[in-house]
Amino acid sequence: MTVKKPKFLIDRDRELCNDCGVCVRQCANEVHYADEKNKQIKCKPAECVNCQRCVSLCPKGALAVKQAPQEFSGNANWNIDIINAIQAQADSGGILLTGMGCSRPMPSYFDRMMLNASQVTNPSIDPLREPMELRTFLGRKPASLTLEGSQPTELPPQLELEIPIMFSAMSFGAISLNAIKSLAAAAESEHTFYNTGEGGLHKDLFQYGKNTITQVASGRFGVDIDYLNAGSAIEIKIGQGAKPGIGGHLPGEKVGRDVSETRMIPIESDAISPAPHHDIYSIEDLTQLIFSLKEAIEYTKPIFVKIAAVHNVAAIASGIARAGADVIAIDGYRGSTGAAPLRTRDHVGIPIELALAAVDSRLRDEGIRNEVSLVVGGSIRHSADVVKAIALGADAVYIGTAALIALGCHVCQKCYTGKCNWGIATQRPELVKRLNPEAGAERAANLIRAWKHEIKELLGGMGINAIESLRGNRLMLRAVGMTNKELEILGVKAAGE
Amino acid sequence: MLREGDIRIPSGCAISGFINRKGNRVAGDQIIRSIALMHDRSNGLGGGFAAYGIYPEFKDYYAFHLFYEDNTVRENTERYLTTHFNLEMGGPIPTRKTKGITNAPLIWRYFVKPKLEMLYQTELSPNEFVVERVMEINTLCRGAYIFSSGKNMGAFKGVGYPEDIGEFYRLDEYQGYTWTAHGRFPTNTPGWWGGAHPFTLLDWSVVHNGEISSYDANRRFLEMFGYKCTLQTDTEAIAYIFDLLLRRHCLPLDVAVSVVASPFWAEIDRMPEQKKKLYRSARIVYSSLLINGPFSIILGSDNGIMALNDRLKLRPLTAAEHGDFLYVASEESAIREICPSPERVWSPRGGEPVIGVLEDGVVETDDSACLKL
Repeated sequence: MTVKKPKFLIDRDRELCNDCGVCVRQCANEVHYADEKNKQIKCKPAECVNCQRCVSLCPKGALAVKQAPQEFSGNANWNIDIINAIQAQADSGGILLTGMGCSRPMPSYFDRMMLNASQVTNPSIDPLREPMELRTFLGRKPASLTLEGSQPTELPPQLELEIPIMFSAMSFGAISLNAIKSLAAAAESEHTFYNTGEGGLHKDLFQYGKNTITQVASGRFGVDIDYLNAGSAIEIKIGQGAKPGIGGHLPGEKVGRDVSETRMIPIESDAISPAPHHDIYSIEDLTQLIFSLKEAIEYTKPIFVKIAAVHNVAAIASGIARAGADVIAIDGYRGSTGAAPLRTRDHVGIPIELALAAVDSRLRDEGIRNEVSLVVGGSIRHSADVVKAIALGADAVYIGTAALIALGCHVCQKCYTGKCNWGIATQRPELVKRLNPEAGAERAANLIRAWKHEIKELLGGMGINAIESLRGNRLMLRAVGMTNKELEILGVKAAGE
Repeated sequence: MLREGDIRIPSGCAISGFINRKGNRVAGDQIIRSIALMHDRSNGLGGGFAAYGIYPEFKDYYAFHLFYEDNTVRENTERYLTTHFNLEMGGPIPTRKTKGITNAPLIWRYFVKPKLEMLYQTELSPNEFVVERVMEINTLCRGAYIFSSGKNMGAFKGVGYPEDIGEFYRLDEYQGYTWTAHGRFPTNTPGWWGGAHPFTLLDWSVVHNGEISSYDANRRFLEMFGYKCTLQTDTEAIAYIFDLLLRRHCLPLDVAVSVVASPFWAEIDRMPEQKKKLYRSARIVYSSLLINGPFSIILGSDNGIMALNDRLKLRPLTAAEHGDFLYVASEESAIREICPSPERVWSPRGGEPVIGVLEDGVVETDDSACLKL
């Protein structure tokens, strides 16, 4: 009843294909194979995940992957995905797993907001002729500047970014060492930061310490004082957008020697991070962890607290600010993951645009917005998303999926299988080596630089030449096709208003 | 039709101002001539003046200037005022029938001091008490608007060309040591007189030419400190920014200037160590108060004036000195109109303040709203 039906078809142009076998060697899913009899290359499309690796590397351009024309009855409610899922669960009795972020066709609020530009009454600014400043500081700011004589009192520790974009938390284990090295080197060259995720810090990465945010999550993998001191900031991870309310599970087969050493766990043991931190069952417990970490590092670095965007996010964020966090990171429901239960990924959490607007407004109502910085992630797809997020009130953004796409990811959503043909979400040595960390660093840095140019163009068009003048400047946004309630929550006017 | 405060109206403008640093007072006809020369920079939809040193006989009293829509509103507001303040004297501000000035509201003036029992009850300083009451009346009493609340100073403004507004308010009969003026070119009709400039709070007055692109970032930061931006104008936000930095956070003028028209990071990075630390810290703490986009402003205060351009100098501003006088204006011609051969004329760079303060002791000032150098 449940023969595995292919989701994709491989279209091989026999005119072009010379049976060289590149596709066979490139596919970790073993879709392509050489026919024993006539040495012709054939394929088993049922195993194909459409990662585009064979298509990209075929020297003859002979391959294309297409959606399989598999149609069921056409019932819009009981569609093919639903039926397949039920059959798979009837077979296995298990939870459905997936990778990346929510793929349901939910509305994007970023896409329904338009940016302003100057016309006549004030001049737009040309970033090729005038300075355009994107430097951003993350950390707690005092309510006022106090002077002792002519010198200011020391400010709390700040992270200094030359562009308000950072690479979000992706652990060693979930992604390969070469992928992390690529991002770390790009963060260094572009004067921003990458985040270790909960997988500890591999010994090769200590050299990137000044561009590193080390994460402390519920599993506490790889956490010791050297780890805490190695980076420029520490992030306490409470939750992530792809799977709010649940922990992580790195299967033992991914825990080889390097991952084991870095995470400080036995080889081939499952690395399971609990759903909550078992020393944080309340907001006052969070305060204790924040200040334990601050004491450990002697108040030299800002402490981030990362949460998933959930229904009561504004009140939670306000509590986190009052608990002593210096930066609050919020991850929307579209945020990605290496592995998550499908139903959690697709049905838990709220859109980052609404969460951000609600948090920024609440913190301002409480008069404490300047005491914390806000970083948001969860599907920042291009430079205009960055600009809109900052106009809604963010100080900076985290990008994860976009950075991985720069490294070769094609969003096949099979990260959890460990068979990533692009050498990103895998620990298999023969796959990992496909990603050259130097080439990866250059591509990730190129992406950041390209977005930097675009952000400057967009800012200049608005007559703004410093990113801080955009932060929370919601008059630069107008909405198309939203309800009054959505406008109210976003604090944005309708287009034409 | 929506009136100013319900919508945000971009404007172009002319500004002019001068100070006599010895505190010698001159009549208002000079500033009228200066601003009138730049007639074409306004469009008849707004003009106004601020004058310092005009009420020496009431120098210890807050001089409230109010617009009323009608006498009922006036009576209600006066009841509110007498609950909170001792009124020394009150009455309509003398005006003159002037061609081109129509639809004037009721314009009244009161010389007041906060009631002592109110100060004790609220545990506020007199200045803070006045600020709160002004915000309260301007947000809650529809039809009443306090447009001037300083001591020994006053704002005079309305809808019309600035020279006609000056004539209407009989400014030739007032004597002041500092005068500033504003002619407005709003894109829309402001609908009421409160939308005209200068904008004032306590002894601060701001006349401004420009449209700031950072407005909403500035506004939302200010609102965390209790300011209510009811007019939705840049000028109002700029006045509050200086009130916050100079009066409430007690920063010296150069630090405040480095916040609103910050040097670029590339320049800060090159500064000597101590100066770098100061400018860096100020910009990090007050990044939301950077005023972005084009502006030229004249900030009037108890003890002097400061004129400033945005850091790219996207609006005109010229300065001149002659004897004890310091002049600033959108155009040099507006200065030469009243001072034909100044000893020195220059065009200040973007972000470089032009400061004129009274010499020590020439006028008795209190330190509530003054430029600390």
